[in-house]
Amino acid sequence: MTALVSMSGIGKSFPGVRALNDARFELQAGEVHALMGENGAGKSTLMKILAGIYARDEGEILLDGRPAEISSPRRAQELGIGIIHQELNLMPHLTAAQNIFIGREPRKRFGVLDEAKLNARAADIFATMNLKLDPRTEVSKLTVARQQMVEIAKALSHRSRVLIMDEPTAALNDAEINELFAIIRRFKAEGVGIVYISHKMDELKRIADRVTVMRDGEYVGTVPAASTPVDRIIAMMVGRALSDDRPAVPDHADSEIVLEVSGLRRGSEIRDVGFFLRKGEILGFAGLMGAGRTEVARAIFGADRLDAGEIRVHGRKVAIRRPQDAVRAGIGYLSEDRKHFGLATGMDVRNNIVLASLSRFTGPGGLLKEGAMHDAAARYIRQLAIKTPSDRQEVRLLSGGNQQKVVIAKWLLRDCDVLIFDEPTRGIDVGAKAEIYNLLNALAAQGRAVIVISSELPEILRLSHRIAVMCEGRLTGILPAGASQEEIMQLATQRGPAPTGGGRQPQAGGASA
Amino acid sequence: MSTVTTAGPAAPAGRFSGAQHRLLAFASLIILIVVFSLASPNFLQTSNIISILQATSVNGVLAVASTLVIITGGIDLSVGTLMTFCAVCTGVVLTFLGMPLPFGVAAAILAGAASGTLSGLFVAKLKIPPFIATLGMMLILKGLSLVISGTKPIYFNATPGFTQISQGSLIGAVIPALPIPNGVLILFLVALAASFVLERTVLGRFTFALGSNEEAVRLSGVNTDRWKIAVYALAGGICGIAGLLIASRLNSAQPALGQGYELDAIAAVVIGGTSLSGGRGTIIGTLIGALIMSVLANGLRILSVAQEWQTVVTGSIIILAVYTDILRRRRL
Repeated sequence: MTALVSMSGIGKSFPGVRALNDARFELQAGEVHALMGENGAGKSTLMKILAGIYARDEGEILLDGRPAEISSPRRAQELGIGIIHQELNLMPHLTAAQNIFIGREPRKRFGVLDEAKLNARAADIFATMNLKLDPRTEVSKLTVARQQMVEIAKALSHRSRVLIMDEPTAALNDAEINELFAIIRRFKAEGVGIVYISHKMDELKRIADRVTVMRDGEYVGTVPAASTPVDRIIAMMVGRALSDDRPAVPDHADSEIVLEVSGLRRGSEIRDVGFFLRKGEILGFAGLMGAGRTEVARAIFGADRLDAGEIRVHGRKVAIRRPQDAVRAGIGYLSEDRKHFGLATGMDVRNNIVLASLSRFTGPGGLLKEGAMHDAAARYIRQLAIKTPSDRQEVRLLSGGNQQKVVIAKWLLRDCDVLIFDEPTRGIDVGAKAEIYNLLNALAAQGRAVIVISSELPEILRLSHRIAVMCEGRLTGILPAGASQEEIMQLATQRGPAPTGGGRQPQAGGASA
Repeated sequence: MSTVTTAGPAAPAGRFSGAQHRLLAFASLIILIVVFSLASPNFLQTSNIISILQATSVNGVLAVASTLVIITGGIDLSVGTLMTFCAVCTGVVLTFLGMPLPFGVAAAILAGAASGTLSGLFVAKLKIPPFIATLGMMLILKGLSLVISGTKPIYFNATPGFTQISQGSLIGAVIPALPIPNGVLILFLVALAASFVLERTVLGRFTFALGSNEEAVRLSGVNTDRWKIAVYALAGGICGIAGLLIASRLNSAQPALGQGYELDAIAAVVIGGTSLSGGRGTIIGTLIGALIMSVLANGLRILSVAQEWQTVVTGSIIILAVYTDILRRRRL
């Protein structure tokens, strides 16, 4: 049987980097083929070549056994190759239908747009996807999951035979993932070949037929998804096996309570949340997307205003209205979105590390002590093993894992007792993940109190000494380490008596442990 | 990665690439000078060089003020009319109230800093976009200058020595061969001081950090509002110095003057390689930018190119300068 797509000997260089070297990939019709590898392994580059976004330097691409020149994204569309990027490329102020047919709008005479026909066509596509969505809805009013469906509909409108999905579930909750998988299965039945790029092992097991693993821009191997153990796939990705052990939970019963919050409220996002955190403890926060975990963290940190609630640090009540207040109280927050909220990426490593502690390096007349700043930066570069040629390197040139370490260094230098990590390993590859985990454990062992928010259950289970679970703005329970995934999921989906959007109602939730 | 140079302790952002752009701007300046001096023997005469420098001084000082604000990711459209407002304030103090010269100098700088603080408050506290806030300030200051002066110029005839601020030459008094006017000396000192603040002090570091990623700075527990207001206030104070320079040069405060100067200042900043999106820029670049503009204006005038065409050329230079910057960045 001729493969739908066959790529072989693909090479691609960017200035200073050999991104792909003799890369290979094959896709059959009616197959879901997962493409895996650490960040920087070359997955996205390879698929961008297939989608006509990059030109290959060498190698061959066959479509239905015939050589194909995919010179531009437009040509790729004509050949029936659609790509759905990790970052959605929709125009938020246009409707779903307008987005799907952008540049190809049906017209009446004199170039007048035929809005009725446009909406009807979009509705047809939604119908084939079994998706209930009004094509006239403005995209900005849709959830991320729905926006993704619009992207898929857009790819379908080109009659794609090859659909490339780059981390399609990164922003979806379980129900939405199920919806997406149902649609993928339907395409599969119709003979569409689907390339599925993801880091999430459990999803691959559910949806993929075969898995191709890449490492350092090269092809490692292709294995059947169902019968290959996860360990083996990970070993292929990192070139070695990773241990997946549970934490040895130290006895915290006598440790001081460093942070205690109660009665936190903010609109419908945070509803009567209260918990405490001991010295040396790692408290995991689990929950589905939109459960309010990030909102709680931001509120404690003073990044967003609270409607009500009390925050105590070392037993003393503190008023936190701005991040400054939180930092002064010894609370540091590491956002899930490092680029926007964590780093000044255009500045160098040194300046990012000292950013929260500049007053300590300011002499008379506001003069900065560059020597002391260098010493401090160098100390943390060594201590956290940050891979950078020097402390003058611009942060944007570092890898995700090293960027995260720079943010951690910033808060360590500031000497925070309470560190809140929001999705600490998002966008970080598997090898660096283990390093970040070790770092978090070391921080706790040094007596810092750590909160970890994560959407990946294995991560929560691996790190947490206790696990707080949230659902729809409420804290639905706190579980001990060693809790099962089922227990967590049960709490994460435990909807409250008050309907959503019904305003704030008093909740006597099982808030504290 | 091995291209990282071991630059001095300064220049936190984009030092390697920024240096390239500055070199390019500097090379264009030299080329302009060579071309004009070949085209006209008058160009390199001492008197002409001094007049170029003299013409640079006001725009240069305003451009330095603009650079500070632009590095934070903001923009200040009020620098031109603020300069006039400060000159008028000096006029009130010296001519109307008859106070001694130092009070006039203080009035200009304080008026500038106060107005800058107000702009900063609008931007930081009321969250009004800098473009709008300073557009409003530009018109307010223009109006106030006319109101205070009664729409008539205020002359400084009662203050002997006032014209010396800009036109005298301290350097010439020491080294007669170098009759560099004080206005140029002041521009140099202002630039040096601003450079020092930007590269060596905590205020400068936050100026860059705000332009690089303000939200990340805020979430680092920094009082971003305070620093932002400080930058606008400093820029305002520098506009006060520009007000003194222009008043001294004209021996009068001309209340109708000022509008349009802000665009010349922004042009100099942009030609000098400072990014309008903030986070990177240098004072030396801005100085070169300001020099390019006045060399161009002077050279074209010597070659008897019509004023109208001079403006066309300046506009083209701006587009060219920004385009080379974009080309450079694409290559990275």
